[in-house]
Amino acid sequence: MHKNYFLKHWALYSMILPGVVFFIIFKYIPLMGSIIAFQDYNVFKGIWDSSFVGLKHFDNLFAYPEFYRVLKNTILISLYKIIFGFPAPIILALLLNEIRKMAFKRTIQTVIYLPHFLSWVIVGGLVINLLSPNYGILNELLRYFGFEPIFFLQEPGYFRSIIVVSGIWKEVGWSTIIFLAALAGVNPDLYEAAEMDGAGRLRKAISVTLPSIMPTVVVLLLLRIGDFLDLGFEQVYMLLNPLVKSTGEIIDTYIYEVGLLGAQFSYTTAIGIFKSIVGLILIVGANELSKRYTDHSIY
Amino acid sequence: MKRSGRPSTTFDKINATFMVLLSATMLFPFLYIVAGSLSSGTAILQGRVSIFPVEFTWVNYQAVFKNAAIWNSFGVTAFVTVVGTFFNLLLTSLMAYGLARKELRGRTLIMLAIIFTMIFPAPLIPSYLLVKSLGMLNSLNALIIPSAISAFNLIIMISFFRGLPDGLLESARIDGAGEYRTWLSIAIPLSLPSITTIGLFYAVNHWNSYFAAIIYIRDPKLYPLQVKLRQLLVENDAEQMMQAVEVNLSSLEGIKMATIIVATLPILFIYPFIQKHFIKGSMLGSIKE
Repeated sequence: MHKNYFLKHWALYSMILPGVVFFIIFKYIPLMGSIIAFQDYNVFKGIWDSSFVGLKHFDNLFAYPEFYRVLKNTILISLYKIIFGFPAPIILALLLNEIRKMAFKRTIQTVIYLPHFLSWVIVGGLVINLLSPNYGILNELLRYFGFEPIFFLQEPGYFRSIIVVSGIWKEVGWSTIIFLAALAGVNPDLYEAAEMDGAGRLRKAISVTLPSIMPTVVVLLLLRIGDFLDLGFEQVYMLLNPLVKSTGEIIDTYIYEVGLLGAQFSYTTAIGIFKSIVGLILIVGANELSKRYTDHSIY
Repeated sequence: MKRSGRPSTTFDKINATFMVLLSATMLFPFLYIVAGSLSSGTAILQGRVSIFPVEFTWVNYQAVFKNAAIWNSFGVTAFVTVVGTFFNLLLTSLMAYGLARKELRGRTLIMLAIIFTMIFPAPLIPSYLLVKSLGMLNSLNALIIPSAISAFNLIIMISFFRGLPDGLLESARIDGAGEYRTWLSIAIPLSLPSITTIGLFYAVNHWNSYFAAIIYIRDPKLYPLQVKLRQLLVENDAEQMMQAVEVNLSSLEGIKMATIIVATLPILFIYPFIQKHFIKGSMLGSIKE
């Protein structure tokens, strides 16, 4: 019976086969390969003959002050990104939604989506140019008003703000799309009912629009929390230099430098596992809290 | 919408002004870089360039176009983008078509396994060791095969194929068309706008990809554009480029700016196409269902 079923639908199964093989080889085999976090992995011995050392690398992780610094930087940048970067596209979408001239709205959208399509290398190049102490426009302004130029990219104190602001600059427009889609789905009858009750525009925005897009907001926030330690390598690496390592080095850049360039394979795989487990705990935990207090959840 | 009938209020004016200022913030860095790339070195260094070129010159672009390494990395990236995107679309649409069909038993399990890889991604080092053991290090395959399917794009495409009217697929099969035929001559043409959009996403990702290349590629001849660009911008590779052109007008800064523009032009060129499909937000909206 089962055999016949496969025979009858063999074509369908053959269609998903390359994809299934892809996910097994490139997603699940490396996941199993994470076992090297529990070994003293040696490139010459390989995964089968390297000796097991239990939780040694996880112990080391929490013993190194270096790791705490990197973890702290990651948490702080991520926190600032959520606090300032998450509400920004929601507010922007609400404001865009209030624009009545369609042509104007479209033009604005075209312009604000654009930075999303630039690579982080390009965005890094733009930031370096704008902040240059010699000819950057920001320092020209400071000079104009009689201030000393600031070496923004060499001051540890500015690094996190630069990352957060340039991240918002690149993604805020693009992130409005999903909220605008949610806004477009709001039932117009609700607005009419609110108008009959004498509600003004602000009132309607607070009592009708916001609650209607709340499910989208909550789901995206939960997903964002799951990625808490995943800041993305490229953006930070592009602007990172030895002078700002104290505030700018994050888990992803640390894994690249210590793990890949420094060949500490087992230790940095342990960090990778730590990162994924924290992500899983955060998303499940946040989802439970959300279920209890807001009635919205991912699953 | 009935809203258009109302007179504009103070809020509307402030809102419109804010939007214009925001757009200016988004455009300003480009205009500044375009202007700088067309200006003389002294004008840039004296801070006289804003959004109009000062002491106009093409010399920075000449330096970029005379540089064989930039041409080479342009070629590498173009190849990876074209071949990679085709490969992405082939595998993604085949798998999405299969998983969208109710006849495929076990699809819920496969979906869960795919979603799991998004929540719990494999760490970097084991992925690197795998690519190394497959002998793909230092080859362009490493930039194409390990990123063949994006789980996110796959899920979007499944939801599109699910939205196709059942009757159409049914009638094709009654006419004796096999699954592959139905996929190629019915499912794909009917969802062409969304497949184009996903193809553009994949293409932009290939064009902008940097991390995969610095992990997997050691041979400078195989460096894609973004790696070359970063060397120029951050690691001051631009000095040798300056020697190729007249020194009195060119400058490191000007050459860097010209390279930024050259590397961005292809993106700006396809942007209207992406824009056309995306402006309504209809596509992302449909994933929520």
